[in-house]
Amino acid sequence: MAITIEIPTAFRRFTEGAPKIDSGALTVAEALNDLTAKYPAISRHVRDEQGQIRQFLNVYLNEEDIRFLDGESSPLKDGDRVLLVPSIAGG
Amino acid sequence: MKEIHYLRCRECGKKFANGPLSFCEECFAPLEVSYDYEALRRLANRDALRDRAFNMWRYSEFLPLPDGFVPTHAIGGTPLVKSRKFGERVGVKNLYFKNDAVCFPTLSFKDRVVATALVAARRFGFDTIGCSSTGNLANAVAAQGTQQGFETCVFVPADLEPVKILNSAVYGARIIRINGNYDHVNRLCTQIADKFRWGLVNVNLRPYYAEGSKTHGFEIAEQLGWELPDNVVVPMAGGSLIGKIAKAFCELAHLGWVEPKQVKFFGAQATGCSPIADGVKRNLPRFQPQKPNTIARSLAIGNPADGPFALRLIRESGGWAEDLSDPEIIDSIKLLAETEGIFGETAGGVTAGVAAKLIEQGRIGRDETTVVCITGNGLKTTDAIAADFPVQDAIEPRLEAFESLLEQHLQSNTSAQTEETHA
Repeated sequence: MAITIEIPTAFRRFTEGAPKIDSGALTVAEALNDLTAKYPAISRHVRDEQGQIRQFLNVYLNEEDIRFLDGESSPLKDGDRVLLVPSIAGG
Repeated sequence: MKEIHYLRCRECGKKFANGPLSFCEECFAPLEVSYDYEALRRLANRDALRDRAFNMWRYSEFLPLPDGFVPTHAIGGTPLVKSRKFGERVGVKNLYFKNDAVCFPTLSFKDRVVATALVAARRFGFDTIGCSSTGNLANAVAAQGTQQGFETCVFVPADLEPVKILNSAVYGARIIRINGNYDHVNRLCTQIADKFRWGLVNVNLRPYYAEGSKTHGFEIAEQLGWELPDNVVVPMAGGSLIGKIAKAFCELAHLGWVEPKQVKFFGAQATGCSPIADGVKRNLPRFQPQKPNTIARSLAIGNPADGPFALRLIRESGGWAEDLSDPEIIDSIKLLAETEGIFGETAGGVTAGVAAKLIEQGRIGRDETTVVCITGNGLKTTDAIAADFPVQDAIEPRLEAFESLLEQHLQSNTSAQTEETHA
């Protein structure tokens, strides 16, 4: 079981330049925990003081925003991609 | 002369030098253009406007433009229409429609934002520009981008109205249709801007793009005789325009061009895509994203990037938000056309209808001055109302044929009236 977490360019200064990391996480929450355990400096950029995912950061599981799934509890399966995308674009 | 504008984080306040950046590297919140307001106060002079043409560039000092910038097109400068019949119908005296349905060159307020975005694109050395769009923005980017010699590429949801796709293609822009809704298109464009050196007006040029919207607000204040209205009703898609009208009013008050006033901001959405209105009505700390399903495609953004700011502004200003169902949108488009002679797009129907609803609810006072923002032209969304206007049978070019038709009309009107009387 392996999934990947894809890191946008702006975050890569916290991941020693890595564009993605592999993880054996079973849920989105575990995947984010793997990311922040491996690169602690990214932690406060992913979660706010209350431990919630930051308001301006969207997390996708493959093509879908996790808020349309089970949020951070969304289960992962082999080959899934978790994407972090800043919420910046708009009409 | 020293440049007086810079980028600033909307959440943590960190300052950044001008560049194609749209979010804060500390907290990832959006950046916006800010100004040295003391310097602006010295530079900008209301009396100087007398010698300037009535278009968006008359407020140049308030926009992120380089020194010596010379505008090429008279964008903006749209009418503020004092309502008579619509206002009468809903029982208010001082109702106005700010009519960007006739904005030059592509008949929506997006012409304003693209104008400032392309100045930034030129400045930052981009050859290729583009956008993610629900249609109006694509039209504006296509028209101004190709005309100014940029390689122009617009990304749109595959199910967009054919007219809006045609209205971009005609300028020679490349159209990329995406299988997905606007939020999917947006996500893809964020990734493209991350990987390619392209200037995407509403992604990496977004702070400069959004500033263009302020001119809609400046014009409202000036057209009201340098006074602020009591209420503004604004359509919300990404949630940017409402905040920029507020910013424009604040800047004018700060410089003493208008008397300060607590303007109430009201947001309008379609029921089929109403994440911000839903957040206001249910008093949520954060809006919930939605999957759009509405004929008001130009407002069909289920995950609005400026939603948190719009939510905050509406609450803090004492305003409210409402939404309108698809059948109500169509009725409202017709009412606006019949009463004011303004053919707004579906979003215009949303905004006019929401204004009527808010007046009925008593949230907008009947003696107050209210401006309703119409941001796009009905000629672009004819699909949405075509079924309500079936093509009539033709008659022969003879007077008798006409008289016979007239007779039929009179009879059907009389019987309709009789039915109404009995109903």
